[in-house]
Amino acid sequence: MMRPRFSSPGSIRQRLILQLLVLVAVLSWLLYLSVRTVAGAAVETTQDAILGSATIAIAEELRGGVDGVAIDIPYTAFSMLGATGEDRVFYRILVDGATVTGYEDLPLADQPLGGLSPFFYTREYQSDTVRIAAVERSVIVGSRPVRVEVIVAQTRSAQDAIVAQMANRAAALGLGFFAIAALLSLLTARSVLQPVNNLAEAVGRRGPQDLRPVERPVPSELAPLVAALNQFIARLSGALIRTETFITEAAHHIRTPLATLRAQAEIALRQSQDEAARAAIRGMIRSVDDSARSVGQLLDHAAVVYRTDQRTDEEIDLAALTRDMVAVFGPAAELRDIGFELEIPDKPVKMTADRLLLESAIRNLLDNAVKYSALEGLISVSLAVEGDQARLAVCDWGRGLSGAKSATLTGRFRRGENVADVIGSGLGLTIVREVAAAHGGDFRLTEREGGGACANLSLPLG
Amino acid sequence: MRKLILALGLILSAAGAKAFDIEEERFFGSGQEISVVSILSTTDIDIFEPLVVAFQAANPGIAVQYTVASTTEVYRAVSGRERGSDLVISSAMDLQMKLANDGYAREHRSIETDALPAWARWRDQLFAFAQEPVVLILSRPAFDGLRLPQTRADLIDLLRANPERFEGRIGTYDPNRSGAGYLFATQDARQSDTFWRLSEVMGGLSPRLYDGSGAMIADVQAGRLVLAYNVLGSYAAAQLAGDPNAALIELEDFTNVLLRTALIPRDAERPELGAAFLDFLLSAEGQTLIDEKAGLPRIDAATLASAGHRRPIRLDPGLLVFVDPLKRQRFLSEWTAAVVRR
Repeated sequence: MMRPRFSSPGSIRQRLILQLLVLVAVLSWLLYLSVRTVAGAAVETTQDAILGSATIAIAEELRGGVDGVAIDIPYTAFSMLGATGEDRVFYRILVDGATVTGYEDLPLADQPLGGLSPFFYTREYQSDTVRIAAVERSVIVGSRPVRVEVIVAQTRSAQDAIVAQMANRAAALGLGFFAIAALLSLLTARSVLQPVNNLAEAVGRRGPQDLRPVERPVPSELAPLVAALNQFIARLSGALIRTETFITEAAHHIRTPLATLRAQAEIALRQSQDEAARAAIRGMIRSVDDSARSVGQLLDHAAVVYRTDQRTDEEIDLAALTRDMVAVFGPAAELRDIGFELEIPDKPVKMTADRLLLESAIRNLLDNAVKYSALEGLISVSLAVEGDQARLAVCDWGRGLSGAKSATLTGRFRRGENVADVIGSGLGLTIVREVAAAHGGDFRLTEREGGGACANLSLPLG
Repeated sequence: MRKLILALGLILSAAGAKAFDIEEERFFGSGQEISVVSILSTTDIDIFEPLVVAFQAANPGIAVQYTVASTTEVYRAVSGRERGSDLVISSAMDLQMKLANDGYAREHRSIETDALPAWARWRDQLFAFAQEPVVLILSRPAFDGLRLPQTRADLIDLLRANPERFEGRIGTYDPNRSGAGYLFATQDARQSDTFWRLSEVMGGLSPRLYDGSGAMIADVQAGRLVLAYNVLGSYAAAQLAGDPNAALIELEDFTNVLLRTALIPRDAERPELGAAFLDFLLSAEGQTLIDEKAGLPRIDAATLASAGHRRPIRLDPGLLVFVDPLKRQRFLSEWTAAVVRR
């Protein structure tokens, strides 16, 4: 059974995975940024705390006196700045706005200092970026308050190195998070789509005749789809039953009156003495026969189409079936003095197929052969088993194909160009071809040497 | 004409190089060399000669101009952006630190510098190539009947108990005149308060003040001094080798370890040659020569770890504190008040 192809707007699985991955990537990036920012802020706070302590340590050692401010920078003040890394240290001490020691060009804070805690700012100094802590203290010198500013600066290479390290770790964390989340999203997509796949597989695996409603449990989101599918199956099932009924009814309603008409025409023929009327009645009987055949073929075709979808396979002996069908055509052939030459094995040729379809095909083959055979002709029917194929050939000595292609003649309502004088619907060979196709077999017409044509039907055994 | 200009240039650059006081100068080379590396150092030529010779054996194309000056002159030369030195070697760690901190040194990284322990380098600008304990030396005959001191507290007790033996016969650095003496005194003061007590006690015994280790060691050997406090251990070990009358003592409460450091000045004319000489100093061959021929102990973390009393003076910004002029003035006036009695 061929799966229909729909043009679809991508796959749900791909869309789901893509959206999850984008989401995860955004989250990973946010994680990276936040870890980096938080780490950077934490490191800066720590470094500031050390720088501030160093500055305050110097400020704490400031002493007033009679003859000036005593400044005694503690060794630990600068030594502690070397604890976290190898940063350059600069300082400047001002008394009443005049630099008394340190680096005279170290930038001052651009706002007035106040309070006990240091004020921090960042500046460029000596072609380096420095973090600066500044604190102000008031010292009494000769009973007069003197303002002393202590400024300590430190380059930021240790801080930058720690932040860079943190950033690397944050990046690794983000990547790891992304990898894990990506894996989970793949699993999620798979598990979310599992019921859909299961349903599709279960429905796809059904046999052609299985028109039971789908009853497997599905997630609530799929319930409307399954309900719709079940309704559709129910409608299809109903339509099929109606079609079958219609075919049966139609066959009955058309064939029965035709049969009655023919019977009455024959009675009329027997009772009539008028030669002209008898000729007319014979013509009528022929026309009725042709109509019955055409109706039969149309119904056959409809039945074949219907049954191709609704096959009922059973074990069939093709040899017996062929003999029976030939026997059915015996009287019709005798009317035209046509004889049958059978070449059918005595052993049964077993195969699994739809009996009605095969009967239909063989009937049409024989019908065609009888119809197009010359009067007093001979029709050979041969059945052979070749490997895993059964070959049925029906050959006549009729007018042949006149070079028309096999494929052309087996098309629906197509007839050869040399049969205008014979009544036919052009459906017979179409039916044979469709039956062959339904069973995975093959059908072709071949020209016979010395006139006439062969219809070859191959069907797989088993 | 061109030769004249060249000669004039040389004379001018030579004149420029004399903007600071030099003690010794020597040119190592035959005159056939392609280039000259100029080294400004506080270490005596005699000590460095084996190293220079080995360097030239390995680099035949390079002549070496070796100039010796005092620690303060070396600092002045580099901070005054005096051109001409490609490598600056000094025992004054504080001044070297100040130079590096203030941006007068160049960064240099090589396999040799990366192999140094973290405490022996700073910012890839300042590199230690020798570690020298600062020791006490004494004359054994003068200590006849006395126990040799093992700590500063022992020494204080000895000096107090036997003033007649030590009166006028104690030697130490004058930190006012000697950069190394200032560094040793400030590091002592930083490590322990006993330093000030010791200074007070020594001050009461009319100490003789020196500006170099060599003279102190010689005076101990000659019997003019009973003991000399804060002497460079490497010089003492070399000078006292085989002298049964002299003892070299590493005080056990703590013994400062001086790191002799080198830096490549920012204004070096041939920094790549300075770097080549520095890498040679730090290489396995250079370190072996420093240890065996120059008599300066090589950089070795293991010997420091095995002797807990040895404290290497840390290469950190703390060294900048005593370079501060106010701090220096304050320290020296206190020291002078303690040691020098008028």
